[in-house]
Amino acid sequence: MAAGNQTTAARRSLLFLLAIVLVLGGLLAGAVYLSDAKTQPKLGLDLEGGTQIILEPKTAAGQSVSTEQLNQARDIIVQRVDAGGVSGAEVTTQGDRNIVVSIPEIPTQEVRDAISKSSQLQFRPVLAVAAGTPQPAATPSPSGTGSPSPSASTTPTTASSASPTNNSAVPDALMAPTPSPSASPSAATTGATPTDPTDLAWVTPEIQQAFDDLDCSDPQALDNIVDDPTKPLVTCGDDDGGKYILGPVAVSGDKISDATSGYQSNQQGNVTSEVEIALTLNGEGAKQYADISRKMVALPEPQNQLAATLDSRVIVAPRFNEAILDGRASITGGFTLDSARALSDQLKFGALPLSFVEQTSIDISPTLGSEQLRYGLIAGLIGLLLVVGYSLLQYRALGFVTVASILVAGLITYLTITILGWSHNYRLDMAGVTGLIVAIGFTADSFIVYFERVRDELRDGRSLAAAVETGWNRAKRTILVADGVNFLAALTLFALASSSVRGFAFTLGLTTLIDLLVVFLFTHPVLTLLARRPFFRDGHAWSGLDPRRLGVPTTVRYAGRGRFTSPAPASAGTEGGVA
Amino acid sequence: MSFSFATLGNDLYTGKRSVPVVPQRRRFYLVSLVMIVVAVLGLVTQGLNLGLEFRGGSEFRVATTSLPGDYEQVAREAVGANEDERGVGVTLVGNNTVRVQTERLSDTDSQKVRGDLATAFGVPESEVSGTFIGPSWGESVSKQALRALVIFLLAVALLMTVYFRNWKMAAAALIALAHDMVITVGIYAWSGFEVSPATMIGFLTVLGYSLYDTVVVFDKVRENTTEAFANGRLSFAQAANLAVNQTMVRSINTTVIGLLPITAVLAVGALFLGPGVLLDLSLVLFVGILIGAYSSIFIATPLLVSLRRRDPAVVELEKKAARFQARKAKDVAAAEAALDEAGEPVTVGGGAPVAADDEAATLTGRAVHKYAQPTQAGPRNQPRRTPKSKR
Repeated sequence: MAAGNQTTAARRSLLFLLAIVLVLGGLLAGAVYLSDAKTQPKLGLDLEGGTQIILEPKTAAGQSVSTEQLNQARDIIVQRVDAGGVSGAEVTTQGDRNIVVSIPEIPTQEVRDAISKSSQLQFRPVLAVAAGTPQPAATPSPSGTGSPSPSASTTPTTASSASPTNNSAVPDALMAPTPSPSASPSAATTGATPTDPTDLAWVTPEIQQAFDDLDCSDPQALDNIVDDPTKPLVTCGDDDGGKYILGPVAVSGDKISDATSGYQSNQQGNVTSEVEIALTLNGEGAKQYADISRKMVALPEPQNQLAATLDSRVIVAPRFNEAILDGRASITGGFTLDSARALSDQLKFGALPLSFVEQTSIDISPTLGSEQLRYGLIAGLIGLLLVVGYSLLQYRALGFVTVASILVAGLITYLTITILGWSHNYRLDMAGVTGLIVAIGFTADSFIVYFERVRDELRDGRSLAAAVETGWNRAKRTILVADGVNFLAALTLFALASSSVRGFAFTLGLTTLIDLLVVFLFTHPVLTLLARRPFFRDGHAWSGLDPRRLGVPTTVRYAGRGRFTSPAPASAGTEGGVA
Repeated sequence: MSFSFATLGNDLYTGKRSVPVVPQRRRFYLVSLVMIVVAVLGLVTQGLNLGLEFRGGSEFRVATTSLPGDYEQVAREAVGANEDERGVGVTLVGNNTVRVQTERLSDTDSQKVRGDLATAFGVPESEVSGTFIGPSWGESVSKQALRALVIFLLAVALLMTVYFRNWKMAAAALIALAHDMVITVGIYAWSGFEVSPATMIGFLTVLGYSLYDTVVVFDKVRENTTEAFANGRLSFAQAANLAVNQTMVRSINTTVIGLLPITAVLAVGALFLGPGVLLDLSLVLFVGILIGAYSSIFIATPLLVSLRRRDPAVVELEKKAARFQARKAKDVAAAEAALDEAGEPVTVGGGAPVAADDEAATLTGRAVHKYAQPTQAGPRNQPRRTPKSKR
């Protein structure tokens, strides 16, 4: 019989909901035990304290920024923030324009400056190369043998196996040699004025001293580096562990018009297995490049290497095999396709003068953040109590169903947000908390729609069990379409708006979905089951579904279409009211 | 209260008591029109009090442990020691947090001001929050929000047109929405509440809430009018009016329940936290939900009726309903006359479109022939059959 099916279905729904809750809870418990998940949701910076800087690229009017560029800039900023010794920072792109840097502490001015300065690609001639850590003696380290420090023995990014055999097959090519620890320059000619960027006279005793002291295995080694294009630079390789003395800037990076990666073709036009990075320079750059290459190709190792530096760090230091006069350089030497692509991206986009301005910067002290959260929670609690009080007043015992439903919804929301914090690093911010508080109202509303429908059906003289079913069938549609509108709003806001609006939209969308889940899998099944309990079925005065209170006449009544209804539907099911 | 509220709900549902929302629609239009004119006037003459986020500037918040009485002086001196007066605003937020707003400071300056404020109030520097906002931020946020809004409206219009299979319902809902937007903005203009990005968020939510409310009412309107089109007993306007009345209790309950948590946030925000995301959001939600509730009851449905007034189907239904109601009134009058003769004064139906204050009619307004009334004997004594259970 229909009623039996309904109770079975109701029980099944409740079990299903229980399963969902258990799975979520299990997932969280597992994540806490096996991973680094917390049992509390991750909090946003405005609640936890910290700094959020939103950077906007400075571009000429009308010029747009490509996603590629933005991602490249983000990667560079991540490196800078990490280099600044800040832990737990998050750098994300926002929309198609902005970069958001979130730091869970209040950073020093140096870190701030480092974050937003423009990224600069430069070509500087190499004057000296050594392993990344200070050598025991300032004498030339034995070349070819490894260096004592572990960092020096790491494989260079650019060229893991630069083999000289390529040279013959690669005319007009730059080779990227391993920046192997080789001789540091012989005693610098002190006193002489350096004439061009390749002149060893740049290496003054102070520079030599700084070079000897530099320890590239220390992540903060380059924090205080001063990068003056007209002066020599003592710096580290990006992550190959080598350290360099570089001459002044010979060619600046914005002269690169293109950098591509791919397999090299030989003179016969056949594609070889050698991966190359092809650089193209614009007119002025080509001329500068020709000058410097003509000069450098004659110099001994390592002075025939031209280092490309990005943010003062050497990303690649290829050796000239011959002068490059047409502004088309090719870098080869043990690249994989991926490493070549990464490097050519760095060369291409690093060259773009994509500098950022701070659009906003918000520092929140931890005290203020926790105060906000505390009051937010107090407000939420008061709001919840008010809603509970009102629904008990309005719906009597039925109000408890509302309360239980809100609690179930709250539990699922809590679990979801905590799990998302672990898996997707979702952080609950103030706007999100407000969204949750507001959602109490939205969630309660779907119950009101439902209960009022059930009451309407009771007024039409149906028995409670029947009223619950027909009321549900009608309320279901309303709830679905109304929640659909809500979800659409959340979705649009989330897709199109910026950070704090997104946090709000996310909680709004999430609670809308959870509301649907709870109404379908909890509230309706519970009501179906309760409708069969004598307390509700017989319309106890405190049940909130008392037919007498709802104005249903106390006598047997003709309800149209051949149906009679009685006010005390003790014989529920035998009536014709089941539509 | 509950009892009377439930009774009111019953009466509204059956049509015994009815708020003449649709018949009196011109009056509500007039009220709204006046409000809109006032709102636009406020926007033009007063303008909006845009927050720091839209103007650009620097803001510092010092969380003190014990607030000095002359905090304003202290703060001014701390900031002024750095620079000359540059439009410094000092306000007290909550119990012991001092908010200092200045013009836009450079990065190094703001670091310095932070340090100075910390020293002046004798708190560690980490207790001073500094916010720097470029003038383009608020602009870009509102631009994005506006774009989101337009796309949302288009999507909702499409959804509603598909769901209700009638573009006029979507149109009426969107006009009601525009009405809410204008009036909310007007209230902000006249009251001088600060508009922050959080206000924008809240504003967008209000639009969602208002539409949600309207959709719930329209769903009932659709149900009632579909029935009316099928049986031709109520005109479109009558069916719509009944729907509004039937959902009125729900609308009131929803609004109250929606407003309760927001009021709590508003109170806590105003008393303890001062201006901030929490207060800005709850304020705009409070204002917006009230107006949204008003428009979904008093504006959206009447608008729908006005929009569809000239639809051929609606015109035809009106004639049909008028014929039916006239016939019914005649029947009822005849029945009354007959009953009067029999000396049994029973008031039946009355002339109301939805007569249901007696057992002689079903709740859906259908008059029951007197012979069919179970407690009413026919002109002659009919053989009574005892119920099966008593046999």
